Amino acid sequence: MSGEAHRTRVIIAPASKPALPPHIKLRHDPGRGRWHVLAPERVFEPDPIAIEILKRCDGVNSVEQIASELAKEYNAPLQEILADTISMLQELSDKGVIRA
Amino acid sequence: MNEVAPMEQFSEKPLVEACARAPVGLLAELTHRCPLQCPYCSNPLELDRVNSELTTAEWQDVMRQAADLGILQIHLSGGEPTVRKDLEDIVEVAAKVGLYTNLITAGVTLTRDRLKRLKELGLDHVQLSIQDVDEANAEKISAYKNGLAKKREVGKWVREFDMPLTINAPIHRHNIENLPNIINFAVEMGAGRIEVANIQYYAWALKNRASLMPTRAQVLKSAEIVEEAKERLKGIMVFDFVVPDYYAKTPKPCMGGWGRGVMNVTPQGRVLPCHAAESVPGLEFDNVKDRRLADIWLHGQAFEKYRGTSWMKEPCRGCPRAEIDFGGCRCQAMAFTGDPTNTDPACKLSPHHLAFVAAAEAESGVANPPAFVYRRMSPVKATAAE
Repeated sequence: MSGEAHRTRVIIAPASKPALPPHIKLRHDPGRGRWHVLAPERVFEPDPIAIEILKRCDGVNSVEQIASELAKEYNAPLQEILADTISMLQELSDKGVIRA
Repeated sequence: MNEVAPMEQFSEKPLVEACARAPVGLLAELTHRCPLQCPYCSNPLELDRVNSELTTAEWQDVMRQAADLGILQIHLSGGEPTVRKDLEDIVEVAAKVGLYTNLITAGVTLTRDRLKRLKELGLDHVQLSIQDVDEANAEKISAYKNGLAKKREVGKWVREFDMPLTINAPIHRHNIENLPNIINFAVEMGAGRIEVANIQYYAWALKNRASLMPTRAQVLKSAEIVEEAKERLKGIMVFDFVVPDYYAKTPKPCMGGWGRGVMNVTPQGRVLPCHAAESVPGLEFDNVKDRRLADIWLHGQAFEKYRGTSWMKEPCRGCPRAEIDFGGCRCQAMAFTGDPTNTDPACKLSPHHLAFVAAAEAESGVANPPAFVYRRMSPVKATAAE
């Protein structure tokens, strides 16, 4: 068995540092006037919050840092934003859109 | 985050610019040549010959036009796309114009060097098909020796180059019992995605339906296996499960609706709303050599014919699912009922539905199914057809 057989699900935590793998492309589509996430045989249409989160997924920022930036920007309670961010990133990780 | 429903604003918005109602994906059948002879091949029975294929420059122009039209993803398929020596030149242009490039391959003719080069040129994703994880059975299905060993190698290269891998597994009565092993194979290969794709019965698969159709019990069992595996492999591998619609109650929204999100270009350059559309009479297919892709998409007769819901008659007309499944598949309606404007016989409201289900049950119930009719080019005719 190769090492790939031991793959495990990534669980997103406040200290996780999410990043888009090279084959996932967050792109603005000028023709349609919206953002897309291009993935293997999938096109996702992120909502405005998801776009803000994805733009910050650079492998350096932690989930906590991303949430705290967004909390300031949207003047919203940090704990709430953090919980939402984690749940969104978990979903994206399960879909293979981010690595952490 | 939602997955894009192709062209969701299509019927509502005025025709401002092409990209406002643009397709999301384009399936480029670069060639019909293939070393494998799988009896369920989705290519038409009448295969395009090598000397009629579009040239490198013509395919490159299709890529540029596709990007201009607003297409996001290009699926490089066949036949076997890697038998074209200019695949690199086509991928290079596709990547340069910003298309997300997907190689759909059987893998057996691919080399490590070529894959490396394709990655450097911008290839985004590889979809590798397998026939079975039992070598002898895989050979029987594909009529190709040692294919599985080669596919293992290709899968390893894909991962070595840190490219995303999808394993595509067409499922039918001759491999459905192996489904758990097929899923394990994909996990071992490091695939991020698996397509458990029950055969859809068109073209070669329709010709071989009596050899391929699984029983209802097998299909139900396979759905359970997929559900369990999906949960167990959450965050490890994404599943796409294509159900066999002979045992369904509602039809599939074929191609996400006719002329709605996807287009297909044949090796010769004919532009089709779906890869089987040539089996539907009364359609005129434009060629990229004669007309711009955007113009074909927007105004081509074949695209306009069954786009939207106005072509529908009962029971599709007025059905609450009319804009969910779009009446299902025109090709299947044609093949089974002889009239492409009928509702898909997979729909329980179709007067042909019981006969449709009965055909599947009868064929799958036969203990010794007929031998495969393998996918091969028909011999060249010595004289022109009358």
